[in-house]
Amino acid sequence: MEQLLLPAIDWLAVLPVGLTSILGLVLLALGLFVDDDETLGWITLIGLAVTAVATACLAGQKSITFNGTFALDAYALFFDLLFLVAGIVVVLMSMTYLEGTGIPSGDYYGLLAFAIAGMIVMASATDLIVVFLGLEIMSISVYVLAGAWRTQLRSNEAAMKYFLLGAFATGFLLYGIALVYGATGAFRLDRIATAVGDTPNRTMLIAGVAMLIIAFGFKVAAVPFHMWTPDVYEGAPTTVTALMAVAVKAAGFAAFVRVFLHGFGGLHADWSMLLWVIAALTMTVGNVLALAQRNVKRMLAYSSIAHAGYILVALVASGAAGGTAALFYLLVYSFMTLGAFGVVAALGSVGEPNETLDDYAGIGFRRPLLGVTMTIFMLSLTGIPPLAGFAGKFYVFTAAIREGYYVLAVIGVLNSAISSAYYVRVLIAMYLTPGAEEHGRVARQPYLLTSIVVSAVMTVVVGVFPALWMQLARFGFLSL
Amino acid sequence: MIVPTEWALMLSAVLFAIGVIGVLVRRNVIVIFMAIELMLNAVNLSFVALARARGAVDGQVVVFFVMTVAAAEAAVGLAIIIASFRNRTTVNADELALLRG
Repeated sequence: MEQLLLPAIDWLAVLPVGLTSILGLVLLALGLFVDDDETLGWITLIGLAVTAVATACLAGQKSITFNGTFALDAYALFFDLLFLVAGIVVVLMSMTYLEGTGIPSGDYYGLLAFAIAGMIVMASATDLIVVFLGLEIMSISVYVLAGAWRTQLRSNEAAMKYFLLGAFATGFLLYGIALVYGATGAFRLDRIATAVGDTPNRTMLIAGVAMLIIAFGFKVAAVPFHMWTPDVYEGAPTTVTALMAVAVKAAGFAAFVRVFLHGFGGLHADWSMLLWVIAALTMTVGNVLALAQRNVKRMLAYSSIAHAGYILVALVASGAAGGTAALFYLLVYSFMTLGAFGVVAALGSVGEPNETLDDYAGIGFRRPLLGVTMTIFMLSLTGIPPLAGFAGKFYVFTAAIREGYYVLAVIGVLNSAISSAYYVRVLIAMYLTPGAEEHGRVARQPYLLTSIVVSAVMTVVVGVFPALWMQLARFGFLSL
Repeated sequence: MIVPTEWALMLSAVLFAIGVIGVLVRRNVIVIFMAIELMLNAVNLSFVALARARGAVDGQVVVFFVMTVAAAEAAVGLAIIIASFRNRTTVNADELALLRG
């Protein structure tokens, strides 16, 4: 009888995803018995923190396991830690936000853990099928999270739109994988990388790559595949929006960068043209449409589209400088965006979203902490030194110029100038517009305020000392 | 007679295109969802045909992954459709227009 041989498996490589998945299962089960939302929140926090520490301890390890489909390298660890820290911040926000919404917190935190597990798989995947599996584990969890507030029509509608467009994008991803497989005969990125040079079926390969660009474009919300973003971000519970804008986007880019710079590195001349156009469109359309928004949550959705454009600039520039800049930008973008959505969550309450600019009038004086932190986030998103957003944009545009993409860099800088208009408008509303009288007492929001302060501190620290974080990003990218 | 791989790929491409058009044109979310399933199964056909042409088994194994994921997606998707239907008694995509800016 023929023996079935299992390949040697390095279990350390799956430690982060294993721990997160176990956490998810435990939370789902506990949700049935534990009624106290706060306890469940603390369990999630501790679980994610333990996973983050265990993941950090893996630093320096490098192995590729599961028959070359799953990598443990600095690149994966960089993103794992980013997802886990973003997860911790989102859980802190949720511990305040979920009160009174009727969202069952066992299910909510469990799905959050599963979503993070899927993201970790995406960051580690060195095989297109594993990319697909990670993407689906993440997406299916987030579809449900977007609709978690079942009694809210907005939440229903967001989940429906996200699901339909997400599943539509999955079709393109799979077709892309099929065409690449047809042209190269491989799913593994290293084999694809060696096969792209001399494939007899170049048309099929290019068509496959284009399909993959469409699929990843949907996931990271790049124009013209961004139509779902504003509606879904506005309708989903604010904490889930923060997760989608930060962690889901970062996971999309983690897979995007690995697949395109590693697997299709040899085709850079072909796909960079297409991505050039998409990057320019994404920045411009995101920023221009953000100008027209009165709803701050929706404005932040368009802003997240625009920021995806800046990261695409780094991806177009490619090379060590571009790749490092992309990773660094994702780190920077994560904290300022988490914080901004945190402030949006802090100003709303059940039944009163308080998301329009009019609701922000005078907030700077009524809620000084929120005013100061929101100022930090808005100025950082604009790209004012010494905040993190400036360092991120500086490295991205430097990389673009170094690789000779002058026009793209100029478009990016002009877009930053446009973006200041709508970011500053929030500050004008908060400080210069006379607000209505205080209605009722302000609710105590200890966890939510902690998450906002953490994000603000990180935004300032990364901005003032970018070298250390840039070094981390460089380690991450160079391990590819 | 052995069906040439090109025919299978052609059929797969046509089915995929029908799926895409279905998603873009139809307004009933259940029908849109069916069109998405058609896209996924069109891709499955490609995988099987390409794997046979190469004499490899990996492309056929992928089909199992796709089917499993599609089943999970269907479970979640139909649940979302039902949750929305309960609140507003419609499955027409045009009437889901609360969020617009």
